[in-house]
Amino acid sequence: MLLIPCPWCGPRDDAEFSYGNEAHIVRPADPSATSDEQWADYLYLRNNPKGPFRERWMHAAGCRRWFNVLRDTNSHEILAVYKVGGTPPAEPTAPAKKESQG
Amino acid sequence: MSDQTNRTPSGGRIDRSRPLTFRFDGNSFHGFAGDTLASALLANDIHLVGRSFKYHRPRGLLGLGSEEPNALIQLARGNRTEPNLRATQIELFDGLDAASQNRWPSLAWDIGAVNSALHRLFPAGFYYKTFMWPASFWRTYEEVIRHAAGLGKAPEGPDPDRYEKIHIHADVLIAGGGPAGLAAALAAGRSGARVILADEQAEFGGSLLGEDDVLIGGAAPAEWVAATIAELQSMPEVTLLLRTTVNGYYDHNYLTAVERVTDHLGAAIPTLPRQRLWKIRAKRVVLATGAIERPLVFRDNDRPGVMLSSAMRGYAVRYGVLAGRRPLIVTGNDDGYRTALALAARHATVAGIVDLRADPSGALVDAARAKGIDILAQHSVVGALGGKRVEAAQVAPMTADGKGLAGAARPIDCDAIAMVGGFNPTVHLFSQSRGKLAWNETLHAFVPNISHEAETSVGGCNGELTVERALKDGIKAGLEAARASGHTARQPAAPKVEEPTLGTHRALWTLPSDKPIGHKGKHFVDFQNDVTAADLMLAAREGYRSVEHVKRYTTTGMGTDQGKTSNVNALAILGDALGKDIPAVGTTTFRPPYTPSTIGVYAGRDHGALFDPVRTTPMDPWHRARVAKVEHVGQWMRAWYYPKPGESFRQAVDREVLAARQGVGILDATTLGKIDVRGKDAAEFLNRVYTNAWLKLGIGRCRYGLMLKDDGMVMDDGVTTRLADDHFHMTTTTGGAAPVLGWLEEFLQTEWPELEVHLTSVTEQWAVASICGPKCRDLLAELCRDIDLTNDAFPFMAMREGTVAGIPARVFRISFTGEMSFEINVPSRYGLALWEALMAAGERHGITPYGTEAMHVLRAEKGFIIVGQETDGSVTPIDLGMDWIVSKTKADFIGKRGLARPDLRDPNRKQLVGLLTEDPNEVLPEGAHLVETLKAAPPMAMLGHVTSSYYSPNAGRSIAMALIKGGHGRKGQALHVPLAGRTVKVTVTDTLFFDPEGSRRDG
Repeated sequence: MLLIPCPWCGPRDDAEFSYGNEAHIVRPADPSATSDEQWADYLYLRNNPKGPFRERWMHAAGCRRWFNVLRDTNSHEILAVYKVGGTPPAEPTAPAKKESQG
Repeated sequence: MSDQTNRTPSGGRIDRSRPLTFRFDGNSFHGFAGDTLASALLANDIHLVGRSFKYHRPRGLLGLGSEEPNALIQLARGNRTEPNLRATQIELFDGLDAASQNRWPSLAWDIGAVNSALHRLFPAGFYYKTFMWPASFWRTYEEVIRHAAGLGKAPEGPDPDRYEKIHIHADVLIAGGGPAGLAAALAAGRSGARVILADEQAEFGGSLLGEDDVLIGGAAPAEWVAATIAELQSMPEVTLLLRTTVNGYYDHNYLTAVERVTDHLGAAIPTLPRQRLWKIRAKRVVLATGAIERPLVFRDNDRPGVMLSSAMRGYAVRYGVLAGRRPLIVTGNDDGYRTALALAARHATVAGIVDLRADPSGALVDAARAKGIDILAQHSVVGALGGKRVEAAQVAPMTADGKGLAGAARPIDCDAIAMVGGFNPTVHLFSQSRGKLAWNETLHAFVPNISHEAETSVGGCNGELTVERALKDGIKAGLEAARASGHTARQPAAPKVEEPTLGTHRALWTLPSDKPIGHKGKHFVDFQNDVTAADLMLAAREGYRSVEHVKRYTTTGMGTDQGKTSNVNALAILGDALGKDIPAVGTTTFRPPYTPSTIGVYAGRDHGALFDPVRTTPMDPWHRARVAKVEHVGQWMRAWYYPKPGESFRQAVDREVLAARQGVGILDATTLGKIDVRGKDAAEFLNRVYTNAWLKLGIGRCRYGLMLKDDGMVMDDGVTTRLADDHFHMTTTTGGAAPVLGWLEEFLQTEWPELEVHLTSVTEQWAVASICGPKCRDLLAELCRDIDLTNDAFPFMAMREGTVAGIPARVFRISFTGEMSFEINVPSRYGLALWEALMAAGERHGITPYGTEAMHVLRAEKGFIIVGQETDGSVTPIDLGMDWIVSKTKADFIGKRGLARPDLRDPNRKQLVGLLTEDPNEVLPEGAHLVETLKAAPPMAMLGHVTSSYYSPNAGRSIAMALIKGGHGRKGQALHVPLAGRTVKVTVTDTLFFDPEGSRRDG
C-alpha cells in the first residue's frame, strides 16, 4: 500500500490511483511511417526493471490527473513525482544496485 | 463444588468476586472474570484440550498467548461459529460455549488416533507420496482427506455480525503494550505526537503481568503500568487500543490491526460492530511485540501438561493457576529457575530442575537450592511418559557436548513439565515489512537487523529480554519517533528496575535420547501441523536443501500459527541434518495476518447492497410499479421486459418487439454513456479518436462513430452530435461510459496536451426516453409544438432543441432499431415526468414500453452490433464487416496503424456473419460453437461461436450472429452447431434479417 504524493492533491493512499505503466513512451508522430516492429514496440513492449522506474499514475479518485512517478520497483521507495511534460529527474542508480547485489 | 482445584487460594489478576460459568465440550465449569478460556480450563485441571492435526494425539496447552498451537477452539453456533481460536486468547465470559476441534466422536476417545499407531504410514510428504496415482482418483482422495484432516468447521451461511473499518493517520504507531511499548508511548505521547498504542491482550502490561520477581520504581510492575496508562489516557492525541492485534505491515508504513470489540462480551451489541479493522498510516512505527519462548524437542514432548516455562509461570502469577502440583522444569538458562521459584512460592512441589548446562550458578540458582529444589545439572529429558496427561519424565545425565547420554535414564514423577528453550523475538511484523534479520549467537535467535520501513524494534522483539532494557529502549524509540514525525520532546527518565539477573543460555535443538530420533515416540517440532524432528531429518535425507522447500514438503510452520513456536527449532534441526549453521539455512517468509483473522472484518460493510453502488434511472419507479423484470447492466438496473399477467418471457418480448415496429414502442435509454466534449479543438479531437471523419459534421447533425484501441481492435461505439462549432454531445455504450472517458482523458493529458478540449461526464444529467415505430412521430407531435418534425425539416441523424411536454429537451432522430425513432433527452429531474407524459399521450396509439431484451432483438434484426457482445477486444471493424466506417483518407486516428498489420487482413480471421437455423423455431444458445466437419464426438475443429441469438417475431423465425473463421467467404455455406446430445444445422447469411432496404427509418 503505497503512499503516493499526487502533485495536485498531496500524499494519498494508492487505492485512489490507477497505474499507467512506463512513462515517456511517446506515440509516434506519424504512425504510418513506423515498421511493424517499431509499432509493436510502442504498443506492447515496456521495461520492467528492478530498481528506479519512471512510471505513470492517475489520481482516479481525486483530481483525475495523470502524472509521472520515479519509483524504485524493488524497495517501492518513491524517489520523485513530476507532472506530465515536466523534466524527468535523474535516476539515482547507485543505491538500487547495492540493493540488488545484496 | 470441587471445581477450580488448580486455583491458588489468592493472587493473580482475576476478579474472584465475579465467578463465571462456561461450557467446554458440553460440560459446565467455573472460572473468574479476568480468566482466559485457557486459564479457566487449567484451573479446573483440564489439560486435554485438543487433538493434533495428523496423528490426532491428545494435546494440552503449550503457551499463554497468541503463539498457542494446540488449544484451538471452535466458538459459538450456527452462522456465528468461528474455528481455530486460541483458548489462550479467548476471554472468559458468562455462558461461553467452547468446543475442541479435530476429534471424533469425543476428545477423550478419538477414532483418528489410529493414525498415530500407523505413524509409519504418515512420513513427511505423505500426501505427495501416497495420493499421486492415479491422478483421476485425486477427487476421491481429497474428499476423504478433507473429512479426516482439517481444523475446525466453517459456518455455512452468511456472517450475521457487523464489522467496521477505520482509516487513520498517526505520527507514531506502537505495536505491543508491554514494558517497551508503554515506555515508547509515554515518551512519544508527552511530545504531543498523535500516538496509537495497540495490544492484542485485554489489558496493557505484556510480560509484566506474568512476573512476580520484578520491581519498577520500587513497586510491583502493575502499579507502573496503571500509572503509565492513566497518563496516556489523559493525552488527547493518544489512542489506546486493547484486544487489537496489529496483524499486517505493508509498504510505506501502512499497517492493519484487528480490534475485537465485542467478542469478550459474549453477545452482539446492536450499537457496536463485532470487530473493527484499523487501517493505519504511520509516520513512524515502533514494534514492541515481545518474544515467544521455544519448546524443547524431546520424545513425546507434546503430552498434555508439557508447556512453555513462561506460560506455566504466567498462569501461576497472572491467573493464580497451577498447571501442576508436581512440575518438573527443563531449562537451558536461568529463566527456568524463576518458574521453579514462582511455582514453589504457590505451594507446588517442584519435582526438580533438569538443567542442560554443566555448572548452573547465580542468585536464582542459589535461591532454588535454598528452597531445597533438586537440581540436575548436565542432564537431559529423554522423553515424557503418560498419555492424556504427562505422568513422569525420563531423565538422564548428558555427555559434555550435549549429543549423547552419560548414564541410564530414570523416571521422575511429575504432572507437568516446563520447557525453557530460549526466546525468539517476535519479528513477524518486522519481517512482513521486509526488514532483514540477523542471527544472534548469544540469544540463539534471529533479531531485527536492517529496517526497510521507518520503524524501530524495541524490547523483547529486538532481543532485549530484560525489563530495564525494554524501558530504556522504549523511551529512546518513542522519543526518536516523535522527533522524526515533527515533534519536540525531552527525554523522560527511565524508572529504576529491580529484576533477576539471567545467566547464559545453552541451546540444544534436540535433546539427546536413549533411542534414535523417531523410534518409540515422537519429537515434535511443529505442534500444530504434527511435524517431528524425524520428518525434518527425512526431508534432508531425501535431498531437500532449501528451507522453503522443506517447509512445504513437511508443512512445518504452515499451520494457522505460522510456526510461532516451531520455526527456529525446525531451522536448527534442518541445519544440523544438512551440516549447515542456522543463518546459512535461512528463514522462511512471514506473511500477514499475524494471527488468523475473520474474512468479515476485511469485508466490513462492503457486502450485500453496499458492495457496489446500484444506479437507477429517474424512470425506475415507473418500471418497478409496472412489475418490470429488471437486470443488472454494469452498475445500472435496467428494465429487462414488462410481462403482462400470465405472459411468459418469450411472449412478453415478442409482443414488445412487434409493437415497436407496428405501433410505437418506448425504451428507457438513460443509461447510455454521455460525454460533453467542448473546446476549440473538439472536432479535431473526435477526428483522432473515431475511425471516420468528423471535421465537417454540421451543427445539429449526428454521426455514428467507432472507437478503436491503437492495436486496431474495437473498443466502443456511439452516436455523437455537434451542438456548436466547439461543442459536441458524445454517447458511449452503457458499460463503456467510464472507461471511454478515462481513455479520452488519458490521450488529452498525455499525448495531445496541445489540444484545447474539455470532457465532462453528463450521463447522469440527462434522462432519455427513446420512442420508435411508425406512430412515434404522431405521438411526439402531440407533445412537441416547437420542432418541425417532418423529414425535410428534421432529417434522420439530426438533433433539434425544443420542448416536449413542456420540458426543455434535446431530441435526436437516431435509431438503434431501424424504425423511425426519436431519442428525447431531458434534464434528469424531468425524466419521470417526460416518461409519464409520453405514456399518457401514447395510450391511444397503443404505446408499448419495451425493455433491454426487446432492444437486443430489434437491433439484431437489423444486424447492429453491441460492443462487448459481438466484440471481445480481439475484433476489428473489418472483421465486423464495417469497413465503411473506417476512413481511408485520414492521415491518422487511434487504431489506424494497428489495422495496417498484415495479419489483420487475413481472410481467415474470425468474421461476423448471420446464421439461420434449418428449423426456424430453433433458437441457438449464445456461445455455442460452430464446426464445418461434424464428427461423432469431440474434438472437432471449431470455426467460432454464436455471439447473439434470438427469436425474431418480425422475421418470423430465429436469427443469430456469429464470429467464425473466414466468415465473410462462407455466405450460403451449411455449418453445424454441436450441442449436448444433438446437432443443429445452420446456414451462413448476411447479418441483416429485416427490412433490407432500410425504408422504415423515415416512416
